[in-house]
Amino acid sequence: MKLTGAEILIECLKREGVKTIFALPGGVVLKIFDMLHQQKDIEVVLTRHEQGAGHMAEGYAKATGKAGVCLVTSGPGMTNVITALADAYMDSVPLVCFSGQVPTSLIGNDAFQEADNIGLSRPCTKYNFLVKDVKDLAVTIKEAFYIATTGRPGPVLVDIPKDVSMDKAEFVYPSSISIRSYNPVYEGNKWQIKQAAEAMTKAKKPVLYVGGGVIFSGASQELIELAELTHMPVDMTLMGLGAFPGEHPQSMGMLGMHGTYWANMVMHYSDLVVAIGARFDDRVTGKVSEFCPHAKVIHIDIDPTSIRKNVNVDIPIVGDCKLVLRELIQILRATVNGDQRELRKPWWDQIREWQQANPLAYQQEADGPIKPQHVISRLYDLTKDRDPIVSTDVGQHQMWAAQYFKLAKPNRWLTSGGLGTMGFGFPAAMGAQAAFPGRLVLCIAGDGSIQMNMQEMATAVVHKLPVKIIILNNRFHGMVRQWQDLFYEGRYASSDLETTPDFVKLAEAYGAVGLRASKPSEIDDVIKEALAVNKPVIVDVPTYRYENVYPMIPAGGCNHEMILEDPPALKSKQSGTGQVAPKDSDTILTA
Amino acid sequence: MEHIISVTVENKFGSLSRIAGLFSGRGFNIESLSVAPTLDPSMSQMTIVTSGDERIIEQIVKQLNKLIDVIKVVDLNESDFVSRETALIKVHTKSEDRAEALRIADIFRANVIDSTPATYTIEVTGDPRKIEAIINLLQPLGIKELTRTGRVAVARELIRSTDVQAKKVVRE
Ligand SMILES: Cc1cc2nc3c(=O)[nH]c(=O)nc-3n(C[C@H](O)[C@H](O)[C@H](O)COP(=O)(O)OP(=O)(O)OC[C@H]3O[C@@H](n4cnc5c(N)ncnc54)[C@H](O)[C@@H]3O)c2cc1C
Ligand SMILES: Cc1ncc(C[n+]2csc(CCOP(=O)(O)OP(=O)(O)O)c2C)c(N)n1
Ligand SMILES: [Mg+2]
Repeated sequence: MKLTGAEILIECLKREGVKTIFALPGGVVLKIFDMLHQQKDIEVVLTRHEQGAGHMAEGYAKATGKAGVCLVTSGPGMTNVITALADAYMDSVPLVCFSGQVPTSLIGNDAFQEADNIGLSRPCTKYNFLVKDVKDLAVTIKEAFYIATTGRPGPVLVDIPKDVSMDKAEFVYPSSISIRSYNPVYEGNKWQIKQAAEAMTKAKKPVLYVGGGVIFSGASQELIELAELTHMPVDMTLMGLGAFPGEHPQSMGMLGMHGTYWANMVMHYSDLVVAIGARFDDRVTGKVSEFCPHAKVIHIDIDPTSIRKNVNVDIPIVGDCKLVLRELIQILRATVNGDQRELRKPWWDQIREWQQANPLAYQQEADGPIKPQHVISRLYDLTKDRDPIVSTDVGQHQMWAAQYFKLAKPNRWLTSGGLGTMGFGFPAAMGAQAAFPGRLVLCIAGDGSIQMNMQEMATAVVHKLPVKIIILNNRFHGMVRQWQDLFYEGRYASSDLETTPDFVKLAEAYGAVGLRASKPSEIDDVIKEALAVNKPVIVDVPTYRYENVYPMIPAGGCNHEMILEDPPALKSKQSGTGQVAPKDSDTILTA
Repeated sequence: MEHIISVTVENKFGSLSRIAGLFSGRGFNIESLSVAPTLDPSMSQMTIVTSGDERIIEQIVKQLNKLIDVIKVVDLNESDFVSRETALIKVHTKSEDRAEALRIADIFRANVIDSTPATYTIEVTGDPRKIEAIINLLQPLGIKELTRTGRVAVARELIRSTDVQAKKVVRE
């Protein structure tokens, strides 16, 4: 039977198992929207901005492990979604984005709302396609999903000119696909794996350094087994949180710039680093020349370009985490027994010492200003039994969330790591909620970041996505303010937001629920109240404005040289004796 | 160090810009790049002359391999190779210089492929040093226009062809 391009697109989506797409219409995609309107299998979530659509698709993908799908129009629709594509590209999120394009006959003519979608998206997609003939559409879509979800996942763009969506062709959906120039390697090299196993048995001070790859590969069970078998500490990257249970005695929490003291000490003093699906980002390595100076490095990654990009690797293993870990476990099970525990006892003694020396800490006075860390601790305690999905925006609140919200399982942590996109959190949470309507989805937001995609509250209300947003409101671009306090002599160039909207009223204006906790004693009740509502909720929490995130490794610093608390000069300044005395209008400090 | 990388890509709309974009986006050097279809018209062959230390070259090869349109990448410096470049040089020739121009062309086994009363267009093929040399000799006569193809290269066939080290096998 002959179908129009628009119908073919929908048939393909159904065959890919797509239940929800995030979309915003426009002239050249009207045919597609018209056909979407006349079917029931795929829900269309109409967003208020294309960036929102892109991040929702990302949240959906991260929570489900499947490709997220968004649909935007040509020109400004495309340029608006670019940030989300770039975000997905940096964080390896499987996404298929359909964009409308002017009719093929007009391409290149500076036609109305024309943009070079292929050119614009090339550097921020894993691959992109311009479909010039409706006959190619079905195969192209199959390829797009295949490329987005295999190997190292990533966003793929399919650009569909208006006439292609209207022309007809025989619909045949290929049941399988192979691309001669694209064959990701899943099986690790056996000899290398054996070498790795040997090094792991011998090491006295090893560490597992695990990242987002473990989550993409669904290798958490294998990771737990490997860690327990070998009795190694587990450091997680920001993107790897949830890959290993945060409360597990072998969990060191997050490493890197704002990682725990002990996670970074373990890296620095280790004699063997086993990197699993992690890419040695500069937020983790610090000064590369002094990174893990005593260690041999094993690196398991599906993408050869990740290996030896930033640091030297002794045993590279190109392959999928799950398959490689299985093989490793098999070999190790035959070779190690209880002796690992004995061998590594001094190492663990040292680690426990580090943990006791500098635990994550903050001081919450009962009638003092609310400390942001305290809010997250309370949120964690009050929700952990409900196995929530947690998204964050970007800034200090993101780091505190990473430190204090201990994820038990993978695919529950939605954060923008590589691009660090403010405005990611709320739409990402909505995407996850759309995938799992019955689950608890929390968004830990900053007052700056939330304003970058606030408009999606309208979408959340219409589509009944009861995301619970907790705004840690310091009326600052707090992360920027922190750097200014530490490295720019406290000159707050454009970091003081001065005023934020009344988020409670704003939520209500959208038809959502707004709540506020103004005193430490109110936090629990307000959180409980928010959890009881089956609607989107904003919980506005004015916090102490000058709290800083520690530990901190200054950019380009060494991993064992962390700043652990405010330097003395800063302390006196913040206590009001310095030049930046709190203003009278500063209700937060006096709250 | 200079490396010559031979890349087989899908002969598709956009393949070239993906490769050019990779080099510019990641700040890799690109000294010259030449492209043409292969015997199989569905593929193109590129020869890229680039430079960088060992780690950069390793990244270049890996990043090229990672591009979906790339079928095969060979760093020719891993083995022995031959390379050639062609230049078309249009020289001004006053009547007293015409014999000199022909003599120079002859020394370099270059051909005159176009001639007007005031110019010769000379075609010369060779390694970069040879091209530089003829350019230097012709310069005093006055070079009006010069175009160079950039280098193309192939690995030398060894006696035992299995010794040829390709970084990556053709993925079928
Ligand atoms: C304000 C801010 C502060 C930050 N501070 C920190 C910090 O303190 N600590 C920190 O860690 N990060 C921090 N980040 C995040 C940091 O920028 C990087 O995003 C992060 O470190 C990268 O995590 P990753 O190494 O797990 O890589 P990811 O980006 O998750 O990449 C995954 C890796 O796994 C590979 N992979 C994918 N699938 C598979 C598979 N199936 N099998 C095997 N391998 C696979 C990929 O090829 C890739 O190499 C911060 C970000 C922001 C915005
Ligand atoms: C789109 C975007 N613009 C700018 C930045 C740079 N930046 C990083 S953190 C930050 C401040 C974030 O403020 P807020 O959301 O209030 O979080 P806080 O640090 O106060 O917790 C800024 C401006 C960014 N990451 N993303
Ligand atoms: Mg803030």
